[in-house]
Amino acid sequence: MQQSINTVLRRHGLILGFLVFLAAVALSADAFLTPGNILDVLRQVSITGMMALGVTFVVLTGRLDLSVGSLLTLLTVIVVDQHNIAGPFPAIIMTLGAGILIGAFNGILVGFVGLNALIVTLAMLSFLQGLVLFYSGGSNVNVQDAQNTWFAVFGRGDFLGLPVPVILFLLGAIIAGLVLQYTTFGRRVYAVGGNETASVFSGVDARWTVFWTYVLSGLTTGFAAIIMGSRVMGAQNTIGQGYELTVLAGVILGGTSLLGGSGSIWRTVIGISMLGFIQNGLLLLGFAYYVQWLVTWAVIIIAVWIDLGAKRGRVFA
Amino acid sequence: MNAAILKVKGITKVFPGVKALDNVSFDIRPGEVHALVGENGAGKSTLMKVLAGLHKPDGGEIIYQGEPIQVAGPLDARQKGILLIHQELSLSPELSVAENIYLGAWPTNRFGVLKKRELRRDASRALEALGCGFGPDVRVGTLSVAMQQMVEIARAEAFSANVVIFDEPTASLTDNEKDQLFQTIRGLKARGVGIVYISHKMDEIFDITDRITVLRDGQVQGTVETQDTGLNQVTRMMIGRTLDAYFVKAKEMFGAKVLSVDGLSKNGQFSDVSFSVREGEVLGLYGLVGAGRSELVEAIFGVRRADAGTIFWKGAPIELPTPRQAIDMGMALVPESRKEQGLVLMMGGRENTSLPHLKQFSEMAVMSRSKELATYEKYQSALAIKTTGPDQAMSQLSGGNQQKFVLAKWLCAEPKLIILDEPTRGIDVGSKSAIHELIAELAEKGLAVIVISSEMPEVLGVSHRVLTMSEGAVVAEFKGDDMTEENLIDAVSHHRGSDAA
Repeated sequence: MQQSINTVLRRHGLILGFLVFLAAVALSADAFLTPGNILDVLRQVSITGMMALGVTFVVLTGRLDLSVGSLLTLLTVIVVDQHNIAGPFPAIIMTLGAGILIGAFNGILVGFVGLNALIVTLAMLSFLQGLVLFYSGGSNVNVQDAQNTWFAVFGRGDFLGLPVPVILFLLGAIIAGLVLQYTTFGRRVYAVGGNETASVFSGVDARWTVFWTYVLSGLTTGFAAIIMGSRVMGAQNTIGQGYELTVLAGVILGGTSLLGGSGSIWRTVIGISMLGFIQNGLLLLGFAYYVQWLVTWAVIIIAVWIDLGAKRGRVFA
Repeated sequence: MNAAILKVKGITKVFPGVKALDNVSFDIRPGEVHALVGENGAGKSTLMKVLAGLHKPDGGEIIYQGEPIQVAGPLDARQKGILLIHQELSLSPELSVAENIYLGAWPTNRFGVLKKRELRRDASRALEALGCGFGPDVRVGTLSVAMQQMVEIARAEAFSANVVIFDEPTASLTDNEKDQLFQTIRGLKARGVGIVYISHKMDEIFDITDRITVLRDGQVQGTVETQDTGLNQVTRMMIGRTLDAYFVKAKEMFGAKVLSVDGLSKNGQFSDVSFSVREGEVLGLYGLVGAGRSELVEAIFGVRRADAGTIFWKGAPIELPTPRQAIDMGMALVPESRKEQGLVLMMGGRENTSLPHLKQFSEMAVMSRSKELATYEKYQSALAIKTTGPDQAMSQLSGGNQQKFVLAKWLCAEPKLIILDEPTRGIDVGSKSAIHELIAELAEKGLAVIVISSEMPEVLGVSHRVLTMSEGAVVAEFKGDDMTEENLIDAVSHHRGSDAA
């Protein structure tokens, strides 16, 4: 009996804690469970969530991508700036292209050169932040003619009563989930994360597999930047700061293992949404916005702890 | 005789889906060597982990020196006087011998500073008692496997262990080193230490043990006095039937050459290796661990890059392949270490089986679950693999069943050449003979087969022709009546001798 309670807590403890938290917030803040607020949270989540889709692939191979925070900043600056220069459509293409390019660069260093993923992407985080300032010259950019551009649809539009960014995120999640579960690429991602040596002995090219996960991470950050730029109709030089950790926290909160090989897209969707509701709930309870950094810390530590516990359990079982 | 020093009473341990130990009782007397045998998955390792405090039993008790005890963990067990010496050694290669002996229990003063002199003195004493030829300050990483094992055994001295458990201690030892180990074990025994000896190697068990307890499916089948019993009886207890025809050799029906290598070399691993293997032929590759056998076949398969030499496939020279190209040509490699190289342990049989051939199991890059399931079911029943389902994680299967899935994942693509690197290491007698039969069957179907093994009877039993390797070179080839144990030993040791001179 004791044992089964423990198992339930270990498996579903996070969800239970989350539900208790939701109930507590709902009781003390009337605004929390209103449709307006829920849609607001989802709109917020669609940006981090979109990034987390690509990062999930990276984490599943047992690697990390911490560069996505600065990449989001850079790509948002690009999409807004190019919108003014070249128009919305070329701006979107350039943004996605730049995301893919940066992802490919990370992918070469981690996948082919074999450098440590943490170091490579942390260095890239710094590099891109610098690049942003070179590009923008330190000034913030804003979309000109914000009232009349169709670019506004990605961040501000509604379709059938749902915000367009939320629809885009869910669409992206469905595609990413299908790729991961049903394609040979998805299978390779799980195999490399589960046992890289055995994968290589089975003819799986781990280098290319890892490479493509970073490309995906760059691509989904590109989509996130489009939503972000369209929502804010401008870009500050720090707009994506800290997003890399929020995204990572969402991925592992969903239960995708940092050790690689186990996890899924729907877990990421749940994890990142939970994180969004927690942060929103704390704001409604009257905490200052910066409490979210403390929450990110706590979520990462707890989620990693639980992951490790589960692994230990399996090793000893 | 003496009263038991350690008694296990009615121990039960349940894992999800399996009763690993079912009401297990046995006892260890001071000064005896007690063998624990059984097929893989019989529960030996689980039982040892219970004794060492790595598992908590779900029922039953452990009575040690007349008192029921709870073991909190390996260190607690060690301090109580129960020492487990693992198959995979548990040492820190960067630390010194002395530090390793007392790992986790270093003597410190009240500020937490290591008392180095005391540590060295006590460690030296333990090493001397065992007659080790190295001092306490040597870095463990520089020692041979056999010497590292001595470091673990020195813990028995250091902690005045009353019970020492050896789990497959000779798995990676040479014959000489094995003799030394046995001497050490006899020394411990003479001092009244109770010893549990787990092994798959029957000759060792009959050589050194006093009593044998047989486990099957988590239950004790019986405990017998070693001198009153024979191999047949023990085997029958282990698998429920006797094994008379141990080895089956494939009929000699050779076809065209499938693979030839010419002058294949890789610096520091193997040099100037040339040989060929034909359809329907089983080629044995014998040599001691470290002779370069695995490195050689990994280079042929493309996991390693050879520096020089040519590979011929069906008579035509080819570029040194990548594993992908090797697989697509029709090569298969069952690697030496099934857990590290052979399987993705968190995946099930279905996904592991299709992994090398994702293209065949997909259409337009979309995996076909039905194709995967069909193949899984075909091989699961053909090889008689015990699982609860296509997605049961490999980590939950016994070694023999795991190895069968490694075979399944290669056989399902119908290769032309299959290379088996230590295909029966660490698996139970039943699975072993099943794999031997399979080798003969494959050769008779026209496959070229290369078998690497450190077990001489196995290599002689299944092969048509044997190459011996020593220090990275092929030193001799034997066929027909020349395939004898003496010749093989001669070839391997002669070469070593001449090199030393």
